[in-house]
Amino acid sequence: MATASRTRDLDKLLLRPGHLVGPNFEPGPELRDDLGEYARVLVIGAGGLGCELLKDLALSGFKNLDVIDMDRIEVTNLNRQFLFRLEDVGKPKAEVAAKRVMERVSGVNIVPHFCRIEEKELEFYSDFGIIVLGLDSVEARSYINAVACSFLEYDSDDNPREETMKPMVDGGTEGFKGHARVILPGFTPCFECTIWLFPPQVKFPLCTLAETPRTAAHCIEYAHLIKWDEVHSGKAFDPDDPEHMQWVYTAAVKRAELFGIPGVTYSLTQGVVKNIIPAIASTNAIISAACAMETLKIASGCSKTLSNYLTYNGVEGLHIKVTEFVRDKECLVCGPGVLVELESSITLRKFINILEEHPNLLLSKASVTYKGTNLYMQAPPVLEEMTRSNLDLPLFDLMGKVSKDIVHVTGVSCKGDRKTSSLKKLRVAFKGVVGVVDMDTAGGA
Amino acid sequence: MAEPKVKYDRQLRIWGEQGQAVLEKASLCLLNCGPTGSETLKNLVLGGIGSITVVDGSKVEVGDLGNNFMVDESSIGQSKAKCVCSFLQELNDAVKAKFVEESPPKLIESNPSFFSQFTLVVATQLAEDSMIKLDKICREANVMLIFARSYGLTGFVRISLKEHTVIESKPDHFVDDLRLNNPWPELRRFVENIDLTVADPVEHKHIPYVVILIKMAEEWFKLHNGQLPSTREEKKEFKELLKSRMVSLDEDNYKEAIDASFKLFAPRGISQDVRQIINDSSVELHSNSSDFWVMVAALKEFVSNEGGGEAPLEGSIPDMTSSTEHYVNLQKIYQAKAEADFHSVEQRTRSLLKKIGRNSTSISKQTIKSFCRNARKLKISRYRPIEEEFKSPNLSELQKYLTDEDYSVAVGFYILLRAVDRFAFNYNSYPGEFDGAMDEDISRLKMMAYGILSDLGCNGQTLTEDLISEMCRFGAAELHAVAAFIGGVAAQEAIKLITKQFVPMCGSFIFNGIDHRSQLLML
Ligand SMILES: [Zn+2]
Repeated sequence: MATASRTRDLDKLLLRPGHLVGPNFEPGPELRDDLGEYARVLVIGAGGLGCELLKDLALSGFKNLDVIDMDRIEVTNLNRQFLFRLEDVGKPKAEVAAKRVMERVSGVNIVPHFCRIEEKELEFYSDFGIIVLGLDSVEARSYINAVACSFLEYDSDDNPREETMKPMVDGGTEGFKGHARVILPGFTPCFECTIWLFPPQVKFPLCTLAETPRTAAHCIEYAHLIKWDEVHSGKAFDPDDPEHMQWVYTAAVKRAELFGIPGVTYSLTQGVVKNIIPAIASTNAIISAACAMETLKIASGCSKTLSNYLTYNGVEGLHIKVTEFVRDKECLVCGPGVLVELESSITLRKFINILEEHPNLLLSKASVTYKGTNLYMQAPPVLEEMTRSNLDLPLFDLMGKVSKDIVHVTGVSCKGDRKTSSLKKLRVAFKGVVGVVDMDTAGGA
Repeated sequence: MAEPKVKYDRQLRIWGEQGQAVLEKASLCLLNCGPTGSETLKNLVLGGIGSITVVDGSKVEVGDLGNNFMVDESSIGQSKAKCVCSFLQELNDAVKAKFVEESPPKLIESNPSFFSQFTLVVATQLAEDSMIKLDKICREANVMLIFARSYGLTGFVRISLKEHTVIESKPDHFVDDLRLNNPWPELRRFVENIDLTVADPVEHKHIPYVVILIKMAEEWFKLHNGQLPSTREEKKEFKELLKSRMVSLDEDNYKEAIDASFKLFAPRGISQDVRQIINDSSVELHSNSSDFWVMVAALKEFVSNEGGGEAPLEGSIPDMTSSTEHYVNLQKIYQAKAEADFHSVEQRTRSLLKKIGRNSTSISKQTIKSFCRNARKLKISRYRPIEEEFKSPNLSELQKYLTDEDYSVAVGFYILLRAVDRFAFNYNSYPGEFDGAMDEDISRLKMMAYGILSDLGCNGQTLTEDLISEMCRFGAAELHAVAAFIGGVAAQEAIKLITKQFVPMCGSFIFNGIDHRSQLLML
């Protein structure tokens, strides 16, 4: 009898044929069992969204989950990150979240990774069928997006090859508002195609802070960005050190008094200095649930998928909107890759220098990977030493003398005065090399 | 900082200590603690709601382990209400958590007065007849009510109460209250003392745009018989005039003046929304009028007397390029005017209270002040009794939804959610609940749905076969992710209702988990 099964409700969706479903939907017990056995999903972030996502996915038929997060649990997480208790404060989020969900949902295996997303190699990410993002930073989203897009291969007509596509589901919230989106690299816009949806945060001009402060925030930023350095020569400001925060608050109060500006509080000081985004449980629940549903649909085809961007706004009434954004055909991240043409004599060292000056890249301190092999790694020191000898060899030789192919590089890119770590996919082509070899068949040996 | 303050820091930044205090006093009753109900409560318990009472008469079965995080293997055979309650208690020990092991439909039937002790009732997974009965009970007792239901890939959330009034609606975008087109004498005097032709370039580029716009408007009036720019050409001409007064291209204050010139062009006086509120029949006060309506009545008097057609001044100004001195002085002028307006409204409120036989100090200064600051943003939501909506929905809206492509799936689900209850009433199970009778269930459900539509005088043909089949496929499944979504929405609305901040949803929310084109239906 169906009622005696743990999958009583989910079975209705996975075992029965449907009318408004995905093109590859093949209902049946095999689908349910395969989902549990073979589908591997990576959840990025074990915070407000991540905790919800792990629970939702574990109760949506997934049994093999990984979660990666570099943060430790703080008291301010407890109003929404429901897998954590007061006694967990200080412990790694990924580890506690994985443990709690496994305790309650039997049969689910969650592997925690307590580290930065940049610390994992490309190989790690390539193992997952779907990557789900529960992040609060544009930089981290950008990085993972580039990672997922780097697996995408194009055929000789520059059409994306579906079997190399790594789907992403991304969520984000702020107060009563949030978004959920499905990214099918090469088929729907990637994060970078629609980067304008996340405009950079406006910073106060330094002259305003120094000369004509008007608001409490101006006084706080003056204390934080100018006064701190004047007084503490050389000592870096640490936003997580309560003594540092108290110092900034006191300095801001003094400045506000001097100019007759009201409104400096300790809470506002923290908010401004740490750029705190207000967050509540309900919005995280809504957005994560939408993301988990889409993950299940992508993996099983049990219903149509979101196409491709959902916004939720509960400030004034309730507004849900679905927008179908289009790809940026020129996108450097999900497109076929930036073309870099080289002489076959160019050494790896010279190649790395070229990346720094290339107008579309401006990528410094690059590490270079070709087909999963590290050609040169800037860090950690062990790998640097191991790969250093490659620097003076021609890249052409290191790539097995193919005429053109895809190379992945990671490094620091500069946008204006902002430095971010980034990963780029390059189409390297060697000039004057005879014997045209197709990109997708080259160098397979 | 005290522990709770740190713990709630991220939400205090949204609804403030005042909102948090109200939340911590609220008592909430949950009917049915399947995943939809459990998830709703989880979100509220984390936020620190005062107390919860979980009502559910069922025992935990194996199937519940697959969709409800609040129960586990050790719960099987035990009271679901008890298990869910104890997990929720683990999330926040500041919350008083209780449970009642009884079936909600029976409780509604047998003990209606039970519900009057609560601030808010969240009723999940109820069938139509229980919803109608509960709605009557809660309206009678002045208890707020939210219905929430998850059903396969669809769901339903609806608020039900007579009237909800909001002072702090906190909209994201709202035009600043600067009175550029109607400056009062003190502001006029301040502006007069600033010279736009000052020779010092540093001083010139630190004149706040408020001053620039008021001064330039006066110049414009002289040439245009005291009229503001109104046509597109005139507005463009005015902006050109502003541009011509810049002494260098890096003058941010002038750029801000050009960008903000629409604030000058706006019509004087109160908005349509405010006018509608002060003309509401509730301003005819009686001894039981709510504080809100007493203050609205005071506002109405203020607008036609001291206000000279305007609402009380909000009293805050946005940041703008300026010298510190000009900015701080300007701020003081706005604050002083807001304070004076507040005193007028306060006096009027106190005498109105006296007039209707109430203690003239029964509304606090703080409340009146907040009311004045938000006078332009007041919001009123009213909800029809659910029985009325079911028996006589707004037909023209319904017809519109049935033929509008954006709404057809949502309204289809709305009708089908009602049809499955009729189905269950007739056949003692939901369509597709058990394997084997699928084809028969589909045609029976279709009959039910067509029946509902034709009772309302609508054509059933607009419901697609696909949607009816999907509804049968769902077989009353309560999927965890759908329940988490619906529970999130219900919790968010509960917070807005309890804190009386922000604006709650209006109408019936229909979740569409197929392509996420969910809709609010105003029926
Ligand atoms: Zn792209």
